[in-house]
Amino acid sequence: MLKLPVYLDYSATTPVDPRVAEKMIPYLVEKFGNPASRSHAFGWEAEKVVEEAREQVAALVNADPKEIVWTSGATESNNLAIKGAAHFYAGTKGKHIVTVATEHKAVLDTVKELERQGFEATYLEPQPNGLVTVEQFRAALRKDTVVASAMAVNNEIGVIQPIAELGELCRANGTIFHVDAAQATGKMPLDLGVLKVDLMSFSAHKTYGPKGIGALYVRRKPRVRLEAQMHGGGHERGMRSGTLPTHQIVGMGEAFRIAREEMAAENERIRMLRDRLLKGLLDIEETYVNGDLEQRVPHNLNISFNFVEGESLLMAIKDIAVSSGSACTSASLEPSYVLRSLGRSDELAHSSIRFTLGRFTTAEEIDFTIRLLHDKLGKLRELSPLWEMYKDGVDLNTVQWAAH
Amino acid sequence: MSYSTKVIDHYENPRNVGSFGKDEEGIATGMVGAPACGDVMKLQLKVGKDGVIEDAKFKTYGCGSAIASSSLVTEWVKGKTLDEALAIKNTQIAAELALPPVKIHCSILAEDAIKAAVADYRRKREEC
Amino acid sequence: MFRSVYLDHNAATPVAAAVLEAMLPFFAQRHGNASSRHEHGRAARRAVDEARQRVAHAVGAHPTEVIFTSGGSEANNLFIKGAALRQPAGTVAISAIEHPCVREPARALRRLGWRLRELAVDDQCRLAGADFSAALAEQPALISIMFANNETGALQDVAALAARAAQETRGGAWFHTDAVQALGKVPLDFRMLNAAGVHALTLSAHKLGGPKGAGALIVDKRVDLAPLIDGGGHERGLRSGTENVPALVGFGRACELAVAQLDGEALRLRQLRAGLERGLVAQGATIFAAQAERLPNTVFFALPEFDGETLVARLDRAGFAVASGAACSAANPQPSHVLLAMGVAPEQARAAVRVSLGRQNTADEVADFLRALSATVAQLQALTSVVG
Repeated sequence: MLKLPVYLDYSATTPVDPRVAEKMIPYLVEKFGNPASRSHAFGWEAEKVVEEAREQVAALVNADPKEIVWTSGATESNNLAIKGAAHFYAGTKGKHIVTVATEHKAVLDTVKELERQGFEATYLEPQPNGLVTVEQFRAALRKDTVVASAMAVNNEIGVIQPIAELGELCRANGTIFHVDAAQATGKMPLDLGVLKVDLMSFSAHKTYGPKGIGALYVRRKPRVRLEAQMHGGGHERGMRSGTLPTHQIVGMGEAFRIAREEMAAENERIRMLRDRLLKGLLDIEETYVNGDLEQRVPHNLNISFNFVEGESLLMAIKDIAVSSGSACTSASLEPSYVLRSLGRSDELAHSSIRFTLGRFTTAEEIDFTIRLLHDKLGKLRELSPLWEMYKDGVDLNTVQWAAH
Repeated sequence: MSYSTKVIDHYENPRNVGSFGKDEEGIATGMVGAPACGDVMKLQLKVGKDGVIEDAKFKTYGCGSAIASSSLVTEWVKGKTLDEALAIKNTQIAAELALPPVKIHCSILAEDAIKAAVADYRRKREEC
Repeated sequence: MFRSVYLDHNAATPVAAAVLEAMLPFFAQRHGNASSRHEHGRAARRAVDEARQRVAHAVGAHPTEVIFTSGGSEANNLFIKGAALRQPAGTVAISAIEHPCVREPARALRRLGWRLRELAVDDQCRLAGADFSAALAEQPALISIMFANNETGALQDVAALAARAAQETRGGAWFHTDAVQALGKVPLDFRMLNAAGVHALTLSAHKLGGPKGAGALIVDKRVDLAPLIDGGGHERGLRSGTENVPALVGFGRACELAVAQLDGEALRLRQLRAGLERGLVAQGATIFAAQAERLPNTVFFALPEFDGETLVARLDRAGFAVASGAACSAANPQPSHVLLAMGVAPEQARAAVRVSLGRQNTADEVADFLRALSATVAQLQALTSVVG
């Protein structure tokens, strides 16, 4: 028996893996010490598991545990990385920042804030497949480019940016390179021993860990320095003050341990399910995949359904939990800025659905989704004057719309 | 977005969906909105010789409120004269469907669709 | 299994069973992102809204005045830096006994051209009236004075101080109070405080039986704040980032429970502490800020001639978890800045030990602690006399 609604929104957030939840609970109840308490066993025990979790997070990305700084989540990590490095190095390097127009709001809004503070920013428009090219990036870097930020995996369309190549460019240019990897952990290998990445943001709740915890990787060799954004008791070697939430940290560690061990097999299974969904949906006329299908994590499928309106489509398919646009911006009726920067028309951007699959997705759920989409799209297109015109051979681009 | 039960009813069971045959007599068509704005409404009226609306059909590309507004309008205009139909105001539609403030434009569009269809009818009459 | 008696509730508290129960469904089954529009997301949003109401209700605030953060440190940073960034540089006045997460952001403002004015306290850890008047004459733009001190437990008459500040600066200052240690231990009424001239209040979940990782800034909407964390526009644009739904649910429930039990619990703790203090004084201890109004659960004391670090380490081995200073600065060998501000001599400050009681503690545990302390002191005396 299928449990409704079917959850296909794993890029918005994932459920906590039961193995993770089990590890967390003791640190709420009996092992509740403050990791900063140095005078008793409650504190030492908490500190020990915080350090173990730091090792587990570091291990997933082949980093040194000393390079991991705990934060409240990827949004804070992105803020700390970009503002922290920009402020620290502005005086010596310059005040120019390079980023990509399809980054998460946590990066874009941070860069905008720096612009208000007197920095200058270049926002690269990706190619129609969602990827920036190495040449574009090279052309954007300047002598005074202090920080560049590019996400490993896009939250809306799942495409993988060429961060290895971008890192080489930044290193050669003396630019601090930040990568938002919130959507990448557990979905693709990340080797910070090889990648020329200086700062990398992580989130637990996109990888079956709890909400409210994330981390920032801060490279030690060559050493990258940051201006702290949160001051206080000097936790996290002064880079981020605030009581460490032990249970959440333990959860993130366990979640990343599981990701490291199970990623390869899990991603193959998810790829098969995704391909099944893709085939089932492309059977429908006038559907378009958004973003490159090759340079992409297997978890994501983003499709525009032409001639139906996005909100009514979401309403029709409420037996599945999906998103149109990213979760953070979907309260607004604006079409997704990510799809628009790929050159999609407003109509196609409006009618896009992001399906994101995960650890607990089943073939039965995928088949249900395919049937549901076929059925509901048929009904909505029956209602759509645009579909009727299209079927009558009218070129909609030649119609004079009475815009209001 | 939470919809009223009336919106959901019209959305799930839209009334009078479709188009009239291209060569039927006394058909007026109003098409308003634009795909880029997220709504397009096509309202068709079948007007009898006595000037009374005998039948109405619609097709709408748009959100649930847009679909419900146009569905409701097809019910309301039937049996009305053109002037009576023109007297339907968006505020009545919005009130009937309990539209939230962000969806008032859907009711305005439905009112505009009536006006456009009536204008189309009158234009065609003049041309004859 | 042997389990120590935990007497360090001002550092962290265990999550109450009812709080855990409220949180658990939000890890796995009800895991939605509160910004998602589908049913999973809307359920998460409702839970966050409900938590916001509960937190607001606990301190007599309106739900729209609650800005959720990752904890007290973030809330303090948000107020101090956020309010400073939205106005020309001026003077920020804070008490000399603030937690580092107020003091350090205030110090950081100096790089933006702000002047930092530290307000003196008397030997009972109460704000010194004359110095406060002198500071107000300098027309500070920001004032932050903690409601209850984490080390001594001393309470400030925040409403009266705010009223004076409002009068003497002619409403030109934003007044903030860090109430992290006060929440759940003494009544807090933001409406009353706000009427007196308090514009913002910092709260934290893990000091009152809630989880770590959740806090709030209660803030008068007239205060123009710049966010510390940008992106996505959560919390009215003042604090972006996916809501930590289980922790916020736990925070809300913990507030509700603590407020419901406050009167009875405060009385019970006061009685426990009275017994504890009698025993301590009998052993020759000095109780810091003994004359001040204090939190009902906190005793900060020193036994002459014994190093606090040594004492707490031995007490830990004897099965009693207490603190030698504030948890956050415990790595720091400096004596407590709070005691130094009170004029306590550095050698006596180094002897300080903090006991902070909580919901689970009993009279028997207090009696056991006093016996263990006396035995530990005897051992240490034997040791020093042998060495000596």
